Amino acid sequence: MRAERVSRLGIVAGFLAVAALCLPFADLQQAGHDPWAALGRMAAGFLRPDFGAVEQIFRAVALTIAFAVAGVAAGGLAGLLMAPFYRFRVVRWTCIALRSVHELFWALMLMQVTGMGVTTGVLAIALPYAGIFAKVLSEILDEADPRPSEWLGSRVDPLSRFLWARAPLARPEMVNYALYRLECGLRSSAVLGFIGLPTLGFQLDSFFKQGEYGAAGAIMAIYIALIALVRVWMRPRLVWLWLIAAIAMLSQVKAPPMGSGVLWRFLTHDIVPAPLRQGDPAGLWAWLSELTRDAILPGLFATMLVAQLALVLAGLIAFFAQSLIVPRVTGRAGAMLGHLVLVILRSFPEYMLAYLFLQVFGPSMLPAILALGLHNGAIIGHLLGRQAAGLALRPDAPSGLTLWGWEIVPRLFGQFVALCLYRWEIIIRESAILGILGIATLGFYLDDAIAELRLDRAVAILVATGLVTAGIDMLSRKLRARLGAGHLRTRLRRREGGTAAAAI
Amino acid sequence: MHLLDAADLGYGAAPVLRGVTLHVAVGERVVLLGRSGAGKSTLLAAVRQALLDQGRRVALVPQDHALVPQLSALRNVLMGRLDDHGAVYNLATLIRPRRADRDAAMTVLDQVGLCPEADRAVETLSGGQKQRVALARALYRGGDVLVGDEPLSAVDPAQADRLAGVIRDAFPTAILALHDVDLALGFATRLIGLKHGQVLLDGAPDIPRDLIEALYAR
Repeated sequence: MRAERVSRLGIVAGFLAVAALCLPFADLQQAGHDPWAALGRMAAGFLRPDFGAVEQIFRAVALTIAFAVAGVAAGGLAGLLMAPFYRFRVVRWTCIALRSVHELFWALMLMQVTGMGVTTGVLAIALPYAGIFAKVLSEILDEADPRPSEWLGSRVDPLSRFLWARAPLARPEMVNYALYRLECGLRSSAVLGFIGLPTLGFQLDSFFKQGEYGAAGAIMAIYIALIALVRVWMRPRLVWLWLIAAIAMLSQVKAPPMGSGVLWRFLTHDIVPAPLRQGDPAGLWAWLSELTRDAILPGLFATMLVAQLALVLAGLIAFFAQSLIVPRVTGRAGAMLGHLVLVILRSFPEYMLAYLFLQVFGPSMLPAILALGLHNGAIIGHLLGRQAAGLALRPDAPSGLTLWGWEIVPRLFGQFVALCLYRWEIIIRESAILGILGIATLGFYLDDAIAELRLDRAVAILVATGLVTAGIDMLSRKLRARLGAGHLRTRLRRREGGTAAAAI
Repeated sequence: MHLLDAADLGYGAAPVLRGVTLHVAVGERVVLLGRSGAGKSTLLAAVRQALLDQGRRVALVPQDHALVPQLSALRNVLMGRLDDHGAVYNLATLIRPRRADRDAAMTVLDQVGLCPEADRAVETLSGGQKQRVALARALYRGGDVLVGDEPLSAVDPAQADRLAGVIRDAFPTAILALHDVDLALGFATRLIGLKHGQVLLDGAPDIPRDLIEALYAR
């Protein structure tokens, strides 16, 4: 027991030490003139939302929902079709490749082929989600009660076995997971607006650029309500209705047509490394080492800086926030307030938070670190808080800070470390993405390469990003296994339904 | 039917039952008796496997029912004959059972007294009702032998007697584990008593009562 405890503290100490080493290298300058004035204007806008631009807002909200519903439905269907075959290596590796590329990166690449239109938006959500759905649904199917299927004996054909004795048993959890994915889809769909699709992100960006903080506040308010109430407006019975509405809405979107043969050109020309394209295979090494020196390594360094600092910030926030929603610690009113704060921070995608902070603090690593730390800290804090509220306490247990320090922190410390490790990989992936906003992480170099139409470089950076996240995922899984918390996610999901799968 | 020949049964290194040999004649109704943990379920599982290996059609009522809680009682019953049909037929049945299939399943549900509950999801039924659905599924399946592990443990005594009669009429041969000795005596043509990992008694139901009760003594 004792050895395990030491290693938990050891892991925490290790991460703190790495963060301390990162600190001198991090660019935390405030570039904005007067961040507090900007923050004040923004806060005033949020407190007095202006719903005047109702037509634009309505269209952006409707399109956000439409992209999310269509993308999640397509991804979910593809994932469901792949889930029973997930044990085959071809399927598994396809899925890993699909989900190792972030929605925004998918969108940036797809734009080169399908243009700034409906196909790009729907596919950017559907492709990575198909990979995630396939993995999770196959896990859900594996965990379902095997006994009815055993009863059927060996002579029943596989399709009947699946439809009669496997799918119905897994259905409740699948529906729950799909709803959680729709929440994620709404976030993805809104964020896709920042790179030009006609969703909430686009509208928010244009309101900010025009200084219409009231209208931006209105969009934020609607967005939070939309996500918080997703289980109210999306009912399994209404799926078809929403789907038809989504398709109808998306058919209104007009996009400039792309020339014919773009896909072929993209696959056979654009993404082929330049030396190969020019018939100079010997130049490949020079091309790759130059790319690594000028883009991948600096991008990777910045990505890891941001991620390590954000992880520590997230951990700090979660460490204190874990009891924010426990009435016995903060009182009934305090717990309600805690819930509200955590819900708001969880609802906003990291990307949108980083965008907001960028408006306040100007371009540096600070907005990215703050956004990642707050969002992920709120998620970990929420998950831990739900466990803290469910702890079986002796009748004469203390309350307030004493309870936090003597019961909640020690009892949930293992979970805390495991959850932070779990978010680690996600934080790295996201800090790479935030480069699109202009912070010099991997996404910045990727965006740059795409802007210069050097898609071969973009693909190479994308592959490097995928390899790094996969490596970190493996490392985190090993650390968690050493902590005896390798199965954390499965357990959480079963206990808490969809929300806990937030770890994915 | 020659089923087991000096077989050691159980999981892993320590068998639950040792050296079991079992013949069952067509038309016999065998009841296994013994305290819980005596090895009745282990023996039933081995018997079922042996029957399947001989290519016989077996209808099973497992102790834990193994129903699909999300599907209706009717569809759980219809599951009894999935291996008689192809995937397309079964898919059609899942969406909307054919008239003849539905009528046949309803007849069986009527026998176990569950007609009103036919279209209710099994997860909304009581423990006794679930057990009767599991029995109905086996009745609908039909076959050479019924293998049942405590198939009547959760129904009231009067109903248990009636359902034992239904089983007797529906299957030429039956091998059941029962904990209710009176029910067993009324149903069986042959009793097998298990204790301490061995077959302690095996004979017609006119075995002296105190020998049967010795099975349950510590």
